[in-house]
Amino acid sequence: MQASISPNPTTPHKRWVKITHWIITLSFLALTFTGYEMLMVHPRFYWGEVGNDLTPALFELPVSRNYKHGGWDKSTPFYQQAGSPISASRTYDIFNQNGWGRSGHFLAAWFLVLTGLSYLVAGFVTGHFRRNLWPGSSEFTLQHLRQDLANHLKMKVPPATNGPHYGLLQKSTYLIVIFFLLPVIAITGLTMSPAITAAYPFLIKICFGAQSARTIHFFASVALVGFLIIHVVMVILSGFKTQIGAMTWRK
Amino acid sequence: MKKNYLFTRRQVVLTGLSAIGGLILPGCSQKAPPTYGNILRMGDALTYIAHRTLLPGQSLAREYQHSDISSFPATGTTNPGDPNYKYYSEDYGKLHHAAFANWGLSIEGRVARPGSYSLGALQDFPSRTQITRHTCEEGWTAIAEWTGVPLSHVLQHAGIMPSARFVNCYAYDGFMESIDLIDAFHPQTILAYGMNGRNLPVPHGAPVRLRVEKQIGYKSVKYLQRIVVTDEFVDLGDTGWSWYNGI
Repeated sequence: MQASISPNPTTPHKRWVKITHWIITLSFLALTFTGYEMLMVHPRFYWGEVGNDLTPALFELPVSRNYKHGGWDKSTPFYQQAGSPISASRTYDIFNQNGWGRSGHFLAAWFLVLTGLSYLVAGFVTGHFRRNLWPGSSEFTLQHLRQDLANHLKMKVPPATNGPHYGLLQKSTYLIVIFFLLPVIAITGLTMSPAITAAYPFLIKICFGAQSARTIHFFASVALVGFLIIHVVMVILSGFKTQIGAMTWRK
Repeated sequence: MKKNYLFTRRQVVLTGLSAIGGLILPGCSQKAPPTYGNILRMGDALTYIAHRTLLPGQSLAREYQHSDISSFPATGTTNPGDPNYKYYSEDYGKLHHAAFANWGLSIEGRVARPGSYSLGALQDFPSRTQITRHTCEEGWTAIAEWTGVPLSHVLQHAGIMPSARFVNCYAYDGFMESIDLIDAFHPQTILAYGMNGRNLPVPHGAPVRLRVEKQIGYKSVKYLQRIVVTDEFVDLGDTGWSWYNGI
C-alpha cells in the first residue's frame, strides 16, 4: 500500500535538508526557551493595539511571573471625567531577567529566519517540495486520507526508511508548518518591532494590532511546540535509530 | 594517484571564510558600537546593522486618534524624590518641591554652545504633539498623547558638531541611555513635557522625559537631567539589556 504511494522509498535525505533541519531545530528550541522567559514577565494576552495591567485581558496564563509587584499605587485619571484613561504606578519591582531573554530570542530568530529562507529557496530550486512534500493528485484522495487517519489512530506507524517517504497526513503537516506556521510566527514577530512597523505599517493591519500580533505569535508557537512533540513521538514509534541515522550521518 | 588540484576544497572554504571576515570587520567598526562582546550582543548588533541598512531611517511610527488614548501604567522609578527608594535623588526632591521652577536640562559634549535649558526655554521652541504607542519590553502596550520639543531642534540650537555620533541621556534616578543620531534626529524623538494635555506627571518622568518612538519603552528616559553629545560609543548601563531596541 505504502509502496504504491512512494515508488522510491530508499532515496536518502539530501545533505542540505539534514543541515537546515538541525539548525532550525536548535534555533527553535532556543526560541521556545527564551520565548517562555519573555512570557514570564507578562503572561497576559490582549486583542488589538493596546493591552497592559490596567486594561482588561483576553486571558492570563497561570505562569509564575519572574517579575512581581505588590499592586498599584493611586490610580490617577488623566482627565477629570468618568471613563478617562488612568495611570497608576507599580509599588514593588524586582528587576526582571528579560534582557538576556530578548537578546537570545532575537539571535536565535536570526538563525531560524536565515536558515529557513535558504531552505525555502533550495526546496523550490531542487524540487524537494514538489517531489517529497507535495501530495500528487493520485495521492490526495479522500480514501487515502481516511486510511492514513485510521492508521494513525490505530497507532499503525509504518517502519522508518532511509529517506523521505511520507504519508498524506505527514506531508500536510509539514506543509502547514513550513508554509503557514513558521511564516506566521516570523511576521507576527516582526509586527511587535516598533522600528519595523514604522517602516511597514501594513504589518499592524494584517495582524489586527500590535497586541493581536503578540497573541497570534503565542498561539503559533504553541502549535509548533505541539508539532514538535508529535514529530518526536512519531520518530520514536517508527524506529528512533533508523530515523536519526537517516537524518544525520547515514548515507 | 595523487590529486593535483590548484586549491583544495578546504583551502577554498578557509580562504572564503577569512575573506568574508575581513569584509565584515571594517563594517563593524563603522556601524556597530564596539562594546558588543558576547554572543547575545552578536544578535543585537546584527539587528541594529540590519535595521539601519534596510529600513528607511525617518519613517514615522503610527500616530493614533485622541479616542485611542489608553490607561498607562507607570513602571520602573515612579518618583526619584521619594527617600524610601534606592533611586532617591535629593536634588530631584528639591526641584519637585519647587514645582520644577529651577529645573534645567544641561546639554554638553560635542556641541558648539553647551548650556542649560529651563523648562520655559524648552516650551518656547516649536512644539510637537503626537499620540503614539508605547511598547514595553515586558510585552504590554499603551497609547498616550505626548507634547514636547523635537530633540533635533535643541541639538541644532546648541550647535551639534559634525563629529557627533551618539546622544547620551542621564536621568535623576541614575538611569542612563544613549541613542544614535538617526534616532536623535527622528521627527518623533521629542523631549516631552506634556502628557495627555497636562504637565508630564511625576510617575511618567516629570518635568521632561525623552520619547524614542521607534524603540522599546525603556529607551525613553524619564526625569531628564543632562544630555551629553559624544563622538564615541559609551556603554552607559552595561546591564545586559540591549542598547539598540527597535525590535
